Amino acid sequence: MSHRRYSRRLGWIGGVAMAFVGMIGMIEKFNERLLIAPFLTLGYSVLFGIPLLVGWLAARGEPNPLEDPIRDPRRGAVTGLVTGFIAGLIACVPVILADSLTLTRFLLNMRPQLVDAMTFDLGVPVGIIALVATSAVVGALGGFLFGLPETVRRGISTAAMWVFSITLFEAVVNDVFDFMGRGLNVVYTPFDALQPWAALIIGGLVYWLSTKNRGRVKEFTEKVKEADPRSRLRLSLIGLGALMVIVLPMLLGLIINELLVNVTLFILMGLGLNIVVGLAGLLDLGYVAFFAVGAYGTAVLTSPLSNAFTPTLNWWVALAVVMVLATMAGLLVGTPVIRMRGDYLAIVTLGFGEIVRILLLSDWLTPYFGGAQGIRRIPGVSVPLLGDVGGTRPQVFIYIMMAFVALAVWISHRAQNSRIGRSWAAMREDEDVAEAIGIGTVKAKLLAFITGAIIAAFAGALFSAKVGTVFTNSFDVLVSIIILVVVIVGGMGSIRGVIVGAIVLIGVLGGPKLPGLLVEFTEYKLLIYGAILIFMMLKRPEGLVPSVRRSRELHQDESQQDDWLGKAGRFGEEPQPATVEA
Amino acid sequence: MTATANNVRGRRFRFNWVDGFLWFIRIAAVIAIVVGVTGSIQNFMAGEGPTLVAWRDLIISSISTGFLYGLIALGYSMVYGILGFINFAHGEVFMSGTMIGFVAATIMFENGFWSAYPWAALSIVLLTAMATSISIAVLAERIAYRRLRGAPRLIPLITSIGVSFFLQYAFAGLFGVAPASFPEAPGNLGRTVNILGLPLRGVQVVVIGVAIATMISLWYYVTRTKAGRAIRAVAEDKEIAGLMGINVDRTIVTTFAVGGAMAGVAALMWALLYRSVAFYIGFLPGIKAFTAAVLGGIGNLPGAMLGGVTLGLFEGVGPLLVLGGLGIPAVSQLRDAVAFAALILVLVFRPTGLLGERLGSENRA
Repeated sequence: MSHRRYSRRLGWIGGVAMAFVGMIGMIEKFNERLLIAPFLTLGYSVLFGIPLLVGWLAARGEPNPLEDPIRDPRRGAVTGLVTGFIAGLIACVPVILADSLTLTRFLLNMRPQLVDAMTFDLGVPVGIIALVATSAVVGALGGFLFGLPETVRRGISTAAMWVFSITLFEAVVNDVFDFMGRGLNVVYTPFDALQPWAALIIGGLVYWLSTKNRGRVKEFTEKVKEADPRSRLRLSLIGLGALMVIVLPMLLGLIINELLVNVTLFILMGLGLNIVVGLAGLLDLGYVAFFAVGAYGTAVLTSPLSNAFTPTLNWWVALAVVMVLATMAGLLVGTPVIRMRGDYLAIVTLGFGEIVRILLLSDWLTPYFGGAQGIRRIPGVSVPLLGDVGGTRPQVFIYIMMAFVALAVWISHRAQNSRIGRSWAAMREDEDVAEAIGIGTVKAKLLAFITGAIIAAFAGALFSAKVGTVFTNSFDVLVSIIILVVVIVGGMGSIRGVIVGAIVLIGVLGGPKLPGLLVEFTEYKLLIYGAILIFMMLKRPEGLVPSVRRSRELHQDESQQDDWLGKAGRFGEEPQPATVEA
Repeated sequence: MTATANNVRGRRFRFNWVDGFLWFIRIAAVIAIVVGVTGSIQNFMAGEGPTLVAWRDLIISSISTGFLYGLIALGYSMVYGILGFINFAHGEVFMSGTMIGFVAATIMFENGFWSAYPWAALSIVLLTAMATSISIAVLAERIAYRRLRGAPRLIPLITSIGVSFFLQYAFAGLFGVAPASFPEAPGNLGRTVNILGLPLRGVQVVVIGVAIATMISLWYYVTRTKAGRAIRAVAEDKEIAGLMGINVDRTIVTTFAVGGAMAGVAALMWALLYRSVAFYIGFLPGIKAFTAAVLGGIGNLPGAMLGGVTLGLFEGVGPLLVLGGLGIPAVSQLRDAVAFAALILVLVFRPTGLLGERLGSENRA
């Protein structure tokens, strides 16, 4: 495809994306949040983020492994301008339609407010020109940025990232400052937006620091990576990290701690699913069933209101019982699916998950599990000296969560690097070969299911202790899918990946029922989850923090291709003699 | 989708207790069914429970739902046959058809065209729904699935879960989350007619008639036309088909389009039968249609239809006949659970389905 055609096509895609975010009401909704005073709102950041991105991509041109892209600010700006212009023209379509026709009967968001939001309240003829012009200019900016030399580019993107993070995560920043005494929060306007001068100062400072210290951060991380695992440098860094994790919840307020509890809950479930999906390669879409076993098991055993079991046990005793139940559930789900091929396994586990939810909700089992009423008055985790700790005390509860996460990390880590972990890896890559070299795949699969089930049951027990009530709607298919997205975005088979994935997705976007840091995204988070899932599978199936082995498996073809390219030399260059790898 | 021998999967495990467990499930299922059915018969003899008329109506409505599942199942079956992955988003392809069909129907209902020219109106809705479903299916293939050919088996499946979520919430964002009601069937369709002594609602007659007609034309298309032959060839072996001069990419797009068209027909049927349209309606029928496809034998087109009707009967009659006979209260709540249980039992005990699966050489695992 010619470069011009490529950028025109990007313009089209960008325009459709802009029209789409407008038509689903995102712009209006996000415009309620001002990011940088006086005029940059979250809505406009999303809307014009699109031409910025397509302008950048158009300047880069079609990815070509044989050729480096041309970096020229002026050329990039022109390409970006054209691309952004096309995108802007297409983005006008819904505005004109909403202005001239009555479409709200079906398309709820095609209303006058949309026209106002997308034309900057300027009305149709003038505002549309403004929309197209802004889109074109932003596109040009994207192309221009692409053309800049690397140091400047990195500096600008780092600065922009910092400014946006500080204003987007205003809640966290304020929460920390709250502890240190207000005064530093003058950078925000009364409506939680960043003051324009503050944005400039922060951006400038970050830019200066990052261009000046370029390479040093990288040097340092290299040094840490190369250092001996038991060296003083490594140990002190680990100690510092641990100290941070332990001290941080004390500094943060109730709301952020509450959020952290949710994030750790998903880290726990993600780690459990990671064993099943990431290590053993069994796609389990009904993972929430084990979570439900843990939650309902604990609820029935500890709540005084459950009819099925009147005595109220201590939470820890209940946990022990629940572990046994989870093992049984793991065997029950695992045994029938042992001989199934991967995709059928996914659908069957999905079926199991739904059956559990439907049964819990049914009138038939209402005497035992409360049906739609759920089970209430579940006491918290009983801790010596502190009494029952529930969700009302997130600042304490977070430590219990962290202890369980640490346990799950330890289990995953030990399992991964042991005989069973190697069996899982072999089975994941090729079951028949694994069988042939003498791995007992039945045992390995069942162990994966049981370990995953027990970790999910931990999460369930903690969840019921935290919330104090369990209802069936907390155990939707949606939860299974969201845990899967956490694992995939983080990186299948990677413990650090799961932690990062949970923080990024659950912390920022929000979990299945609870909002994250960006409260505005709540309405659209499932849409975004879907888009992220598609994007990750197409562009980065190994996840954000990939496990080395998993990413090699996924990129086998490409690395073979690279080898071939390495031998053949780059296009236009003299063919290099094949180098023998050491 | 070719008439090759069934995929015979050798016994690879010789652990007796796994077999024992599976036999235990089999025996338990048979005992539950026998006890349940005898319980129901006893109830019936004692004059309790549903009357004969109620049973008959239940069976008729189950069969018409079954045809609906069968039509959606064709899309799963064809895509699985050709690409070897479960297109999880196919339920949403169906949902998109009901949504846009609903828009067309409401516009016509409000300006009087609906009741003035019922057949023309229904055809327009059908065409709109089919066009929408075809475009969504083809777009999903073009944007998401095409780049994943040859990726590890689970990657396209996970992608299709993402596509499914994206489509659901895109429609929720565009059209709102509240369920809307489809206009009532026009003209004679609302009335009850007697066919072979069975009182059928006009809508049910249309649904069953359209499903059978669609099935026959699909059969003709796949077995008698050049494009159909290309689809079968690509399903058997993509590489060889390509070497024989078949445009593999275009054939795969055609497959998605045909599956989408079937889902579009099903969309109209859903709208006429249930009259409730919302962004989430695609998920459950999607999973059930996949069950139907497996039940009939995946990759096998008559099998998909047979599987659909069988599953419709299972989930329509099963709860009342078996679970009701076991004395379980409020069995209608367990309808979906019965469908899922059927799915699990079929996949565990007869993954090749009733009529045998037909998969190409690459997709046999």
